[in-house]
Amino acid sequence: MAEDLLVARGLVVSYGRHGAPAVLHGVDLRVGKGETVGIVGESGSGKTTLGRALLGLVRPAAGTVAFDGDDITALDERSRHPLRRRMQMIFQDPMSSLNPRHTIGRILIEPVLLHGLADDRQAARTLVHGVLDRVGLARGTVDRYSYELSGGQRQRVGIARAVVLRPDFVLADEIVSGLDVSTQAQVLRLLQELTSEMHLALAFISHDLSVIRSICQRVVVMRDGRVVEEGACERVFAAPASDYTRMLIDAIPLPEVDPGWLARGASVEANAAA
Amino acid sequence: MSAPRLAIDALSAISLRDGGKPILRRVSLSVGRGEVHGLVGESGAGKSTIAKAVLGIIPAQVKVTSGAIGFEGRNLLSLSAKELRAVLGRDIALVPQDPATALNPSRRIDAQMTDGLRLKRSLSAREARVRAAALLEEVQIRDPERVLMSYPHQLSGGMRQRVLIAAAFGLEPKLVIADEPTTALDVTVQKQILRLIRALQERHGTSVLFVSHDLGVVAKVCDRLTVLYMGKVMEQGATAEVLAAPRHPYTRALLAANPRYDRPDTGLEPTPPEVVAALRAEIAAFDASAVEPRHG
Repeated sequence: MAEDLLVARGLVVSYGRHGAPAVLHGVDLRVGKGETVGIVGESGSGKTTLGRALLGLVRPAAGTVAFDGDDITALDERSRHPLRRRMQMIFQDPMSSLNPRHTIGRILIEPVLLHGLADDRQAARTLVHGVLDRVGLARGTVDRYSYELSGGQRQRVGIARAVVLRPDFVLADEIVSGLDVSTQAQVLRLLQELTSEMHLALAFISHDLSVIRSICQRVVVMRDGRVVEEGACERVFAAPASDYTRMLIDAIPLPEVDPGWLARGASVEANAAA
Repeated sequence: MSAPRLAIDALSAISLRDGGKPILRRVSLSVGRGEVHGLVGESGAGKSTIAKAVLGIIPAQVKVTSGAIGFEGRNLLSLSAKELRAVLGRDIALVPQDPATALNPSRRIDAQMTDGLRLKRSLSAREARVRAAALLEEVQIRDPERVLMSYPHQLSGGMRQRVLIAAAFGLEPKLVIADEPTTALDVTVQKQILRLIRALQERHGTSVLFVSHDLGVVAKVCDRLTVLYMGKVMEQGATAEVLAAPRHPYTRALLAANPRYDRPDTGLEPTPPEVVAALRAEIAAFDASAVEPRHG
């Protein structure tokens, strides 16, 4: 088992005023160095909140987050700064996460300079060119704006922006959910190659178990702010321990004709909904 | 075999905004009585343009250049606005993609459901209210009275989609256009909605044109399917045959790009460059052959 990189224990998060109902009810999560972990759940399961808590974007009411051995739960902005380079995020909608008034070059070069990864603008530009090559974007993309790019190209920019800082950990939140399958396949393939080349740890949040199965080693299944099951993908998909995981897997429509599929599980779902 | 309920014949359309770029390239497809027909493709394939053309809501920047949409023996494209209004809602109904935006946020469900029943089925206000409650029961809503008194924001996404399905099937249409009806829903809710659409369709013998980007969803509800790419039909046939033995390389590429939890090596296979090149050549050859006769 890989050495621990990111360890969350007993995370409790509630939004709004004191006493508001919790969105996370004591969640434990562990991501090893270089490990890819899928976090799956339906809407309202708390998967996005968990991701935000891991990165310190929301402060938990209880519980701890440790990164590479250090407790980072209560760090202020200033002490968090060096961590920002090592913990990166790729967002669901690259259109709204890339500033439309900045060129792609500026979006990629500024964080490189901010984190001191290059001595000057020229060195930063060279670094960015290398990353653009790697994610399959033309170098001329630096002069373009996000709205001039296709969805797949924008998501490659999102990935480039995360990996250009050579992080240890990347959180990806529903990053392929708006893409066509052929574009999705390209983005997933790229992410898989990068995690392995860079020994990158990845927390991959998705509602889609099939996507998680294709690029993650482990999977964490969430429901109503709790982890209902966790384990190696191979084991969880072959023999889910929780009924809820079983129900989620059975609800995925595989692209093959199966006349009994629609009727199966109707009573299980009715009970789960009640 | 009786005549199909919907027969789209060589439908072509261009974009007026994009220098006359073709959007649909002589698309032909038919939906039989009681058939669920899947219209599959990636974004830009033209599937929603086809759905909109059937519903008579072609966007201003799109121009249909040739072809016909035959419905019950009439060409919908040649009907007057008034004639078309009589068909829509009554004989052809829509289940839209996004249940959040398809309902008016400021009107209660009862008002929105009874509109169609009064206008298209000539029921009195009281009759329409009773019918709306019965329809909600038919889509397995346990507490129809509460739902009727609710505003859309008070309902979950799955519940809103049930309301829209009840409203569409409640008009007893001959044809339902289901435009990505489960794309915005969680998988477990999606399965319930698919089950519901199929059950209602079978019970009433409704024909359904089911638009989807998801081959998995289409596999579970459609009898036949049409695969579109750049506005051109790539492959057509019985769902079981197309999925088990796809003939067109594009269909094969789509299946290979589709991740499946039972085969962890799938879903990482971008369309091979030679397939992309062949597709482009196929489209270019089609466009060249489509233009020439006019010069001759």
